[in-house]
Amino acid sequence: MINLALDIGTTAGPESVLFYFLAPLSILASIGMLLVKKAVHSALLLAWVMISLAIFYIAQDALFLGIVQIVVYTGAVMMLFLFILMLVGVDTSDSLDENIKGLRPIAITAAIGFGGLLTSLISRATFGRPTAVFIDANSAGNANGIAELLFTKYVFAFEVVSALLITAALGAMVLAHSQKSRSKFAQRDLSIARFRKGELKDAAGLPGPGVYALHNAVDVPALLPTGEAAPSSISAVLQARGDIIESSKFQLHAEEEEK
Amino acid sequence: MSNAELIGQDPGWVIALKGVIIFAACVFLTIMSVWGERRIVARMQQRSGPNRVGKFGLLQALVDGVKLALKEDLIPKTADRIVFVLAPIISTTACFMAFAVIPLTGEVNFFGHQTAMQLTDLSVGVLYVLAIASVGVYGIVLAGWSSGSTYPLLGGLRSSAQVISYEVAMGLSLVAVFIYSGSMSTSEIVAAQDRWWYAVILFPSFIIYAISMVGETNRAPFDLAEAEGELVGGFHTEYSSLKFALFFLSEYVNIIAVSALATTLFLGGYRALPGLGFTEQWLGGWFTLVWFFIKVLAFFFVFVWLRGTLPRLRYDQFMKFGWKVLIPFSLAWIMIVSILRVMSQRESSNFLVVAFIFSVALIYIGITSLTDRAKVKTAIASKVINSKEPDFPVPEIPNSRAEQLNG
Repeated sequence: MINLALDIGTTAGPESVLFYFLAPLSILASIGMLLVKKAVHSALLLAWVMISLAIFYIAQDALFLGIVQIVVYTGAVMMLFLFILMLVGVDTSDSLDENIKGLRPIAITAAIGFGGLLTSLISRATFGRPTAVFIDANSAGNANGIAELLFTKYVFAFEVVSALLITAALGAMVLAHSQKSRSKFAQRDLSIARFRKGELKDAAGLPGPGVYALHNAVDVPALLPTGEAAPSSISAVLQARGDIIESSKFQLHAEEEEK
Repeated sequence: MSNAELIGQDPGWVIALKGVIIFAACVFLTIMSVWGERRIVARMQQRSGPNRVGKFGLLQALVDGVKLALKEDLIPKTADRIVFVLAPIISTTACFMAFAVIPLTGEVNFFGHQTAMQLTDLSVGVLYVLAIASVGVYGIVLAGWSSGSTYPLLGGLRSSAQVISYEVAMGLSLVAVFIYSGSMSTSEIVAAQDRWWYAVILFPSFIIYAISMVGETNRAPFDLAEAEGELVGGFHTEYSSLKFALFFLSEYVNIIAVSALATTLFLGGYRALPGLGFTEQWLGGWFTLVWFFIKVLAFFFVFVWLRGTLPRLRYDQFMKFGWKVLIPFSLAWIMIVSILRVMSQRESSNFLVVAFIFSVALIYIGITSLTDRAKVKTAIASKVINSKEPDFPVPEIPNSRAEQLNG
């Protein structure tokens, strides 16, 4: 394993190079995330910040945490964000109009509160002092150390969190679920049912619409061999809307044939 | 000495050279596998395949690459230019990175330095491959979105949904391997297979992995993301020239990468076939590279075989298969494996183990016989379209799939 943190509290050559290269990039990306107009660009920059954080974790010997950060946050959470952004089609730039009254003061209060929280946390950071190190925690291997803590000391908290997540997932499914009025049949079931029906006339499927070479479109019923229109060749929706052209227009009439 | 310790002692130039060699090998293998695929599929369809450029058409892929590069590079007017260019780069970078943790050989003499052909050995190497795969999905999704037209967007959505769903099944199939080998490092998993391959002991896991790796790489019969009958070209519809070539490259590198991971986790990696262990010492250990590539190419052949044989699945069938068959089955299998593992660690009596396996089989048979859903569904469907026996003789309607197939 790459052991980049050689001395406690000091950064070794490769690690400091990595840090001074990645840290400005990730800070630029996080500022850019707030400033760019398109939601997808913002999501992408956030994904980049997550990945660079994961690289920092790995460089700090928290290998498992780094990899899981990529799998869970970049791979799953961010991907779902992107998915929804794409589905909803939020590709236009955000409008800055205030739709809800009093949104601005609330937002400013929340931002100041969150900023204060962050500042107080960051100010507790230790500069130059030796901190709790991963070397003890990693003595039995990084993943093993985490597993041991998770399944012994923090097993209750772990189980509670997992129960919470499962409840949330179930809740999301229940909220998104819509009751179907009747069960849906697949191609196979419908095909079998067609053959079981009394008449075998329609077993091969319905005729397609259109009058060949004259008006080959969905709004014209096909002609049967007898020369009459086949109503089953037209979509029920078009029939209900009345968007159908008479196919008799395209019929060759007896008089025309004589001429 | 274990692979991890060997690699830990590598000086900088060895690491750099190994990186270059692995990258070059990937590109070479990709070019050759494009040729191989076309030849094998042609053979299966009773054609000759490419046979004009070079001996047996060996240089065909190279010439095609040059042709692709010289084509006009178009960026659609509605496209998001930055993301449009970024997408193929992400896709290609990610697929190459997976090779960093794959052990290609055992201990070898590398220009006078004892090492193993593996770039780095992470204690969570297999998770790293999964993480890289999930970054690779970004390439596909962003390509679909940034093209600014409908078919690529649909293709991108489809393929990301597909990759995410099948990654779950893939991850679950790997859990059994972790439980048995007691490690997530690729080299240790290979070392743990010195007596039995995991493809044998953990056969269900192997099958689940093999299915989900086809789903993950968007290959036939699961190539719904680029279903040409429905979506033109899927996420890369708007791409041309070198950017398309990058997607093309990453698809094939991905195939080789998942095959290499399958080889490492289930087929004993670079180790020789059972009974041929003495060959591992040939050429100062370099012969293990041959074994590794034989196994990887065997997987690649299966990929091509599947493409030549099976029609494409419908999208809903495919998703249903992933979520309702593969994932529950893997979960049940993990339960069984972990119980068996604890039993063997506690040295339970053979009677207990057999009794456990027997009862699991009994429960499985009970559940499947009680819920034959296909029959129930057909019965309901035929009731809805009210059935009347035809008054002329018709052949009996077969009930089971097997009967239908045998006529």
